[in-house]
Amino acid sequence: MVKFGVFLKRELRLLARQKSDWLNPVLFFVIVLTLFPLGVGPEPNMLRIIAPGIVWIAALLSVLLAAERLFKDDYRNGVIEQLVAARHTLLAFVLAKIASNWLSTGLPLILLAPVVALLFNMELPALQAMTLTLILGTPVLSLLSVLGAAITVSADKGGILLALLILPLYIPLLIFASAAIEAASMGLEYRGQLAVLLAIVLFSLALVPMAVCSALKINVS
Amino acid sequence: MFKWLDPLAKPETLFHFCGKLTPWLMGSAIFTMLLGNIWGLGFTPTDYQQGDSYRIIHIHVPSAIMSMGAYMAMAIAAFTALVWQIKTAQWAVLAIAPIGAVYTAIALLTGMAWGKPMWGAWWVWDARLTSQLILLFLYFGVMALHGAFSDRQTGAKVASLLAVIGVINLPIIHFSVEWWNTLHQGATITKFGKPSIDPSMLWPLLISLLAYKLLLAALACYRLRTAILENEQHRPWVKQWVAKQ
Repeated sequence: MVKFGVFLKRELRLLARQKSDWLNPVLFFVIVLTLFPLGVGPEPNMLRIIAPGIVWIAALLSVLLAAERLFKDDYRNGVIEQLVAARHTLLAFVLAKIASNWLSTGLPLILLAPVVALLFNMELPALQAMTLTLILGTPVLSLLSVLGAAITVSADKGGILLALLILPLYIPLLIFASAAIEAASMGLEYRGQLAVLLAIVLFSLALVPMAVCSALKINVS
Repeated sequence: MFKWLDPLAKPETLFHFCGKLTPWLMGSAIFTMLLGNIWGLGFTPTDYQQGDSYRIIHIHVPSAIMSMGAYMAMAIAAFTALVWQIKTAQWAVLAIAPIGAVYTAIALLTGMAWGKPMWGAWWVWDARLTSQLILLFLYFGVMALHGAFSDRQTGAKVASLLAVIGVINLPIIHFSVEWWNTLHQGATITKFGKPSIDPSMLWPLLISLLAYKLLLAALACYRLRTAILENEQHRPWVKQWVAKQ
């Protein structure tokens, strides 16, 4: 636990020094969102209908944008190699990476949710549902993008490959999250979808860190 | 069992073992494929509701089931490769992946052809179809990962890791028709108790299923042999074998 704290502090300090690493994805999220009304047309009713899907797709893409650089620097300067050699600290490092990734990409999206709701004329129940799905779903986005980054860390053409690998795995999340928001905007019960999202979070939280560790080990061996 | 399996980890033994198996597997695959398809497409009774177009089931269902079976086989090989560090298992992963991808594509395409007259659409965003499409992407991912590293060894290991992670999709595909209210029908033959299909249609279907399984095994053996030759080309036994041909 102490090691986790040390690693987390290090990650956050790095993020504070390289603001573009977490600011750019957030800006990207906002820009993608503003493109849709321009492309589809500013009809308020239409925007309200397509908003859930758009918000989630923009979230997926922006998280993916941040993912590519996650392990690159640590891989180049040998940090990961040292951690793999030290064995028992690797898991704490991975968990700290996931936590800092969520804090820098997931949390801003949750905070932006009210603004998005304003932009797309969403009503209060839909906003609530969107915030809840983002709270439950963004940790999964972070977990999977860290996994993708770990798998492709020593690949020659990591970036596009990362997207190809990880986007299919996001699909279940996208389905349930946008289904929940849609149900909420029609005034229906959406606790079922939230329960599935919670199950996905817990399941991936249990298994993904281990997979990330073994992916890092393979990449440095 | 391990006493029997262990020697097969050695490339040379495995090469000759696969060499012996391939003609038998291929022969029986061709036989069952002809039998199952001629019987299924030509001689089974017409469906009371769907007419003759239901006959595509004899291609669609076996390829769909075996696309998942191929993935499971690939994942088991990948798991073996990662845990016991067996090189031949890594090659097996890459031998199976393209075959599985083609099976998945066949299942999707025949499903589309079947969906058009029955559901009125080539494609619907139904849980079964979507998860099957993800399976296809997973196969592509495994193949793409393998080629993305300058170090072949790393590429093969990472591809194996992705194959193991992707197993999560198999139960989703299987149970998708129960968990969601889908347009795709529920399980017909792979359920406990009495299958909800008439025996006259079931038998050719089971034979076709066997045919797809045998064909998968035959092609996998063939591709594995090629992979072994490619990776071991500098070894003396390969040179001896080539000289004998």
